[in-house]
Amino acid sequence: MDLATLWFVLVAVLWAGYLTLEGFDFGVGMLTRGFARDETERRILINTIGPVWDGNEVWLITAVGATFAAFPEWYATAWSAYYLPLVLILLALIGRGLAFEYRGKGDTPRWRRRWDLVIFAGSLVPAFSWGVLLAGFTRGLPLGAGHDFAGGFADLVVPYTLLGGVVTVALSLLHGAHYVALKTVGDVRTRARVLAARLGGPVVVVVAGFLAWTVAAYAEGRAVAWTAAIAAGAVVALCTGVAATRRGREGWAFTATFTGVVAVAAALFAALYPDVLPSTLADANGLTITNASSSDYTLTVMTWVAVPVVPLVLAYQGWVYWTFRRRIGLPG
Amino acid sequence: MDVLELARWQFGITTVVHYFFVPFTISMAFLVAIMETIWLRTHSERWLRLTKFFGKLLLINLAVGVVTGLVQEFQFGMNWSDFSRFVGDVFGAPLAMEALLAFYLESVFVGVWIFGWGRIPPKVHLATIWVTAVATLLSAYFILAANSFMQNPVGYEINEAAGRAEMTDIWAILTNKVLLISFPHTAFAALMVGGAVVAAVSMWHLVRGARQPELAEPGGASDPGAFRRSLRVGAVAVLVGGVGVAVTGDIQGKVMTEVQPMKMAAAEALYETQQPAPFSVLTIGTLDGREPLHQLEVPQLLSFLATGSFDAEVEGINDLQEQYEQVYGDGEYAPNIPVTYWTFRLMIGTGVAAALVALWQLRATRGGRAPTSRWAVRVAAVLPVLPLAANAFGWIFTEMGRQPWLVFGLMRTSAGVSPGVGAGSVAASLAAFTVLYAGLCWLWVWLLVKHARPGLPDVTAEARWGRGDRSGPDADGEEDDAERPLTFVY
Repeated sequence: MDLATLWFVLVAVLWAGYLTLEGFDFGVGMLTRGFARDETERRILINTIGPVWDGNEVWLITAVGATFAAFPEWYATAWSAYYLPLVLILLALIGRGLAFEYRGKGDTPRWRRRWDLVIFAGSLVPAFSWGVLLAGFTRGLPLGAGHDFAGGFADLVVPYTLLGGVVTVALSLLHGAHYVALKTVGDVRTRARVLAARLGGPVVVVVAGFLAWTVAAYAEGRAVAWTAAIAAGAVVALCTGVAATRRGREGWAFTATFTGVVAVAAALFAALYPDVLPSTLADANGLTITNASSSDYTLTVMTWVAVPVVPLVLAYQGWVYWTFRRRIGLPG
Repeated sequence: MDVLELARWQFGITTVVHYFFVPFTISMAFLVAIMETIWLRTHSERWLRLTKFFGKLLLINLAVGVVTGLVQEFQFGMNWSDFSRFVGDVFGAPLAMEALLAFYLESVFVGVWIFGWGRIPPKVHLATIWVTAVATLLSAYFILAANSFMQNPVGYEINEAAGRAEMTDIWAILTNKVLLISFPHTAFAALMVGGAVVAAVSMWHLVRGARQPELAEPGGASDPGAFRRSLRVGAVAVLVGGVGVAVTGDIQGKVMTEVQPMKMAAAEALYETQQPAPFSVLTIGTLDGREPLHQLEVPQLLSFLATGSFDAEVEGINDLQEQYEQVYGDGEYAPNIPVTYWTFRLMIGTGVAAALVALWQLRATRGGRAPTSRWAVRVAAVLPVLPLAANAFGWIFTEMGRQPWLVFGLMRTSAGVSPGVGAGSVAASLAAFTVLYAGLCWLWVWLLVKHARPGLPDVTAEARWGRGDRSGPDADGEEDDAERPLTFVY
């Protein structure tokens, strides 16, 4: 495997990791409205992700940093093309991060209600927008001869990418419900299980439809077979999750959606390879792992850094999850 | 305003706001780590109370620092895509290394520190705050490596076919002489911020304790036994930081004269080459110092600051302009002189003022004394603002002083902006971010004050845990607690 392919895989791994890790905390954030009935339940939900959400968000920072370092053209073109959606994402993520830290530090119910709204919107908006963005990579953008974005906002939000956004929201919700069932006790746990069982069917249908569209329309040549295989794996994983929930196997259900989200992301990147951002105007204008990547020297340096460090990061992040593995109960 | 100006304002505002939180986080993490270390060594409860008290201020600050940092990482691609294309091969690597090597550590371990009280062994808990502190400093190193490349590009070659700079030597980038001196300069400047916050809050509580004796009893919220000690830790930190900043700043001036002589000349508004050159302390006249009416100068000092010799020649703006025109073609090569001249002076002035206040605080708390005057409270309120301002002025100076270059000698700022992003989009985002930052800063100050005011918390539970007692703050005495639910933190 050449270095550019290795880094494409690493970027895909980082995005998949981000989507599945932050996915459940986005889901939990969305469940604070509607699902949680009172202040205590909202606090239970927020505390389930308390020690981990910040570490989860670092996956995004690393995914973007790795893209910048390994594929500067990809980062430059995509990040300027998605200017307004990224502004929205940033506003949402800023508000959300603040809300977790600050909602408990005021005293009035009104204070907390406002931050609750921020947590909800701050989870929904990025969950949706990242789906739109990643689906957009797979579909491609109207790029001019200099690899510059030649379209407008309307080219970013087309039916396929909007469905991509729906898929990430739906997956986050299901994944979040599985996480809540796994991390809480009593009534909240039971209701999370019921909600997960109800959501399971529709989510599988939406995801399967989106993946079928991806394979049919955007995978080419050899990529068709891999993409189809990974997509099938995603659907199987999600179905396993639904079955596990119905049998009350919370750990298995969470593992299943964890795998499912990773597989959906993997399918999108498999359909994309060896492009990184195709052009919908002319094939020659598109960005590929060859014309968008950094020099061999840079990729080699970065490989020397990443190869020992990534397993280390996984190890200590795993240790944190292990340390805080217990369920969240009522205070006092 | 055109896209270029809007994007520059957005970058400037984001960076300055982000940089209110960065030095606070770096230094406070170290100070809290030191406090927790003293507690675990002495088992003196007052240090545990100080750890928890200042730890809370650290966390309030950390949250805003992390989220504003996201904007920093994104805006290179969003607003400066041609810059990202041109330098990404070089510039992206230190950013990615920062994420992989430092930022993961910081965010993951601070989470363990917050949630780990009473839950993991005390020594492991102590290790998590030290890891967090060291990681924040490591972050700073990589980010400064990227910035230093923009001030003094090294370890690259231009690939004409690809139209970009390509890395040839990562070691050269990580040992850039601008980096090697700006890193300690930045670290010492950061230390002044945390020290000032600790010293100021402690002083406020000392005054309150002196006025309300019931709060000043041992174990009380404003216990002078604790706050006198923390005040001295904070004030010493400010002084150590101040001396360190001065020493490294002096060396930095000489490196700057060597690699960016125009920036040095602009810092002084030195239009004509002089030998020896005087240091202008303050000037009253036209804002850009072109026609001084009253000027306070120290003869020969600039020669010494710039080169280490009192008799050396220092090149002026006009000569440098001519030289640059010959090398780079026609154009304006001087930065905005009023900005560089005044931010340079304000940086030094606010930094010196902070150090003087710290010195006074150490005098005022000698031998068990505690200040009680109204002035002490006023000084306490101003103190943290001084090093924060110094940090901000320093960054404005060094970034504005590099203009018109984005990457010195290689790319002008006007060439780096995203070609595909319209002025309307940038104006909208600039407005949204500015409003958000304003709210965020207000909230930050308000929460810091709100949580600094009540004073030292009750820590009976954690103290038991720190003595090696197996049961933590949420303990009920059971040996096997694997099934016992976690309790709330948020």
